[in-house]
Amino acid sequence: MSANLGPQFEIEFERYELSAGLPYHFEFGRREFLKVFGGGVAVVLIVPRAAAAQESGRRQRGFEESMPAEIGAWLHLSENGAVTVFTGKAEVGQNIRTSLTQAVAEELRAPLGSIQLVMADTEKTPFDMGTFGSRTTPQMNLQLRRVASACRDLVIALAAKGWNVDAKGLVAEDGEVRDPAGGKVLSYGELARGQALAKAVVAEDPLLPASAWTVAGKPLPKVNGEDFVTGRHIYTPDVKRPGMVYGKVLRPPSYGATLESLDTSAAAAPNVIVARDGDFVGVTAPSEPQAEQALAKLEAKWKTVPRPSSRELFQYLKANAETGGRGGEPFETGSVEEALKSAEARLEQTYTVAYIQHAPLEPRAAVAEWSGGKLTVWTGTQRPFGVRLELAEAFRIPEDRVRVIVPDTGAAYGGKHTGDAAIEAARLAKAAGQPVKLVWTREEEFTWAYFRPAGVIEVRGGARADGTLTAWEFHNYNSGPSAIRTPYEVPNQRIEFHPVKSPLRQGSYRALAATANHFARESSMDELAHALPHGGMDPLEFRLKNLKDERLRAVFQAAAEKFGWGKSQPAAGHGFGIAGGVEKNGYVATAAEVAIEDNNVRVVRVVTAFDCGAVINPDGLKNQIMGANIMGLGGALFEAIEFENGRVLNNRFSKYRVPRFRDVPAIEVVLLDRKDIPSAGAGETPIVGLAPAVGNAVFHASGTRLRSLPMVPNGLKA
Amino acid sequence: MAKITELQVNGARCPIEADEATPLLVVLRDQLGLTGAKYGCGEGQCGACTVLLDSNPRHSCNTPVGKAAGHSITTIEGLAANGRLHPLQQAFLDSGAFQCAYCTSGMILTAAALLRVNPHPSEDEVRRFMNGNVCRCGTYPRIVEAILGAAETMAKNKS
Repeated sequence: MSANLGPQFEIEFERYELSAGLPYHFEFGRREFLKVFGGGVAVVLIVPRAAAAQESGRRQRGFEESMPAEIGAWLHLSENGAVTVFTGKAEVGQNIRTSLTQAVAEELRAPLGSIQLVMADTEKTPFDMGTFGSRTTPQMNLQLRRVASACRDLVIALAAKGWNVDAKGLVAEDGEVRDPAGGKVLSYGELARGQALAKAVVAEDPLLPASAWTVAGKPLPKVNGEDFVTGRHIYTPDVKRPGMVYGKVLRPPSYGATLESLDTSAAAAPNVIVARDGDFVGVTAPSEPQAEQALAKLEAKWKTVPRPSSRELFQYLKANAETGGRGGEPFETGSVEEALKSAEARLEQTYTVAYIQHAPLEPRAAVAEWSGGKLTVWTGTQRPFGVRLELAEAFRIPEDRVRVIVPDTGAAYGGKHTGDAAIEAARLAKAAGQPVKLVWTREEEFTWAYFRPAGVIEVRGGARADGTLTAWEFHNYNSGPSAIRTPYEVPNQRIEFHPVKSPLRQGSYRALAATANHFARESSMDELAHALPHGGMDPLEFRLKNLKDERLRAVFQAAAEKFGWGKSQPAAGHGFGIAGGVEKNGYVATAAEVAIEDNNVRVVRVVTAFDCGAVINPDGLKNQIMGANIMGLGGALFEAIEFENGRVLNNRFSKYRVPRFRDVPAIEVVLLDRKDIPSAGAGETPIVGLAPAVGNAVFHASGTRLRSLPMVPNGLKA
Repeated sequence: MAKITELQVNGARCPIEADEATPLLVVLRDQLGLTGAKYGCGEGQCGACTVLLDSNPRHSCNTPVGKAAGHSITTIEGLAANGRLHPLQQAFLDSGAFQCAYCTSGMILTAAALLRVNPHPSEDEVRRFMNGNVCRCGTYPRIVEAILGAAETMAKNKS
């Protein structure tokens, strides 16, 4: 077994953390396609090497060399008019199966019902770096638009040739090509019949401008929604294979523990298999209860090692900051020290964020099957090709002997980048000689999955009496560098990220460090506004005074207008707060109203204004923005992993509070649809404004400034 | 330990073979292939495993199969009648009341139990009744909208 099973303590920085891209070995050729598809029309999108590297592999040294010209996506139009589109992206609840289908329908001018997406299957779909970093919409959406528009041109050309007319006069619409002059019409299926056409296009076909979209840009219900409301959809834990048995893994008592001895004799039973490989121990049995019983009978002795605990976490992070450049060069301009000396209002504060868990409702799970030396694994992951590589390395087999299939998955939120369950299931399947299903328990999730990094952020700021920012210093310890730079105009700045060897396994999360950095920045902006002489300045006015970025100004103004900022005073015990920022080309501003009731904080109302360029599916986008705000409530108010000496203490939903129906405020969403700007992804950024807006509102209501996330795990203390 | 050999599920008698202490969820999923009920926590905290036992919502993850035997069990697979979606299923579709949808079966069945005892719930009553069901994607507002919409549809269908 490789080290993949052990905890990894490196920060996985969104798209930076990934291993170099795999050279894709598929040799594009007409013959291969015809073998696969039998006939019809196929269009393949070639992404040139430079563009591929730029799109998905920033800061990856040596990446360009290892990345050949890539196939980005392909599309097949069958002889009966069915359209199948292949993409390596995974559906994890962010609704891209629907938004990508919508994009294809728009460009191809074909009915939605005729289009099927094959997603995230390493044997069928082109290589993809992974579904993370809000890259699907800016990248894959465009790629699928390109193949779809090329296919549309192909069928028009076929019709023109058949009718011996100029293609320019023909119209493609609703799955048909029409000749308005000659009164002829043929469906796409009829045009594809008897054809064996395969075309490669490079990403440069003209695309419809957003202003001309007719299908995209409008609400569209989930394309396979009926499968979900009837329980028909097969998630990974629902997959069943002939002869399949159930697996369980023996977990160490704490992080860093190593196995000293193992006595398996009590677990012996018919059809029960115990597998040991180094510190990895697991069992398989014909049913899950039998596997649990066998696991409970294993007698293992572990050697534990002392590890930090959550009560000393923030001191630990400060004391163990790394030097040596892994955090990148600090950003520095002017002199913060000089500017602070002459500032008329100053701030020096420390903010902290706790580790939190993604807690996707579908736990990590995999079904693994070995057949003829080939391994097939069904698993919920955001990186099917990454997991294929992990499996190939773990079992020392070539990647082409491994197939990873990702059923549409019960959420991830950045938490399913790794293939832990896949490797474990495959190891157990090898031992059992039968397919194995392994579904992590909630308790396993809460300890052995990775966490959103905890962090300490130190801020110093200075401003003139009129509210002009003059100094800004910002140090983030451990939680990460995304959105660490301030969008405000400040002549003197020093901004630095300090990596730390994390005491818990940590990794990606929805918007990752952008949440922590926005919490610290937007809370301290509020503090500075209030610290200005003569009774302070309105926090929104203070922000706008120091802000040139037009798109960010626009979302602040839109949120403020919808919220009624400055128009009314809050009721007794209530307060208003506002915060905003930029991340991954999305601009967000959130205004919040809170009520302090019996020393508890209740979020009453949230208004979020969002600009992610041209909007593709407003309904899906609103759903994401609502969901981001509601998920953000947990991390803002009460979610925190508590641990002691390498052991997670609150490893169940009964001990780890997540937002529920009764926590949800009224949420209003304002979309600034910028048809002139390419679409950015939107699943992550809307989460960043909630925590600071709520914290600022709590201060407004109570005069108490909360500088730690979660802010009120035990209520608001007087 | 006593063996259970039969369950009444979705109107049919289903032969099974399980110790009485086995969680109902495991039997439904692994023996009867009814995978609409999901494992989410194993302690009745998230509601993803909800099924109806004589029309009452139960967490099948911590309901021993022995306690379910002899009762009428409804899973999400048995909610649609005569090939037509239940008004709640249709309302969840119409409202887009899910993202990853892993919680959806449990949400719909819990809501079905609510509407049976309270056909015209207020928004607040919906939130209170549904509070034991977690949607980690945060689609709560749409779920409330869907349940209120279904209540209206069902009232219309009756009149």
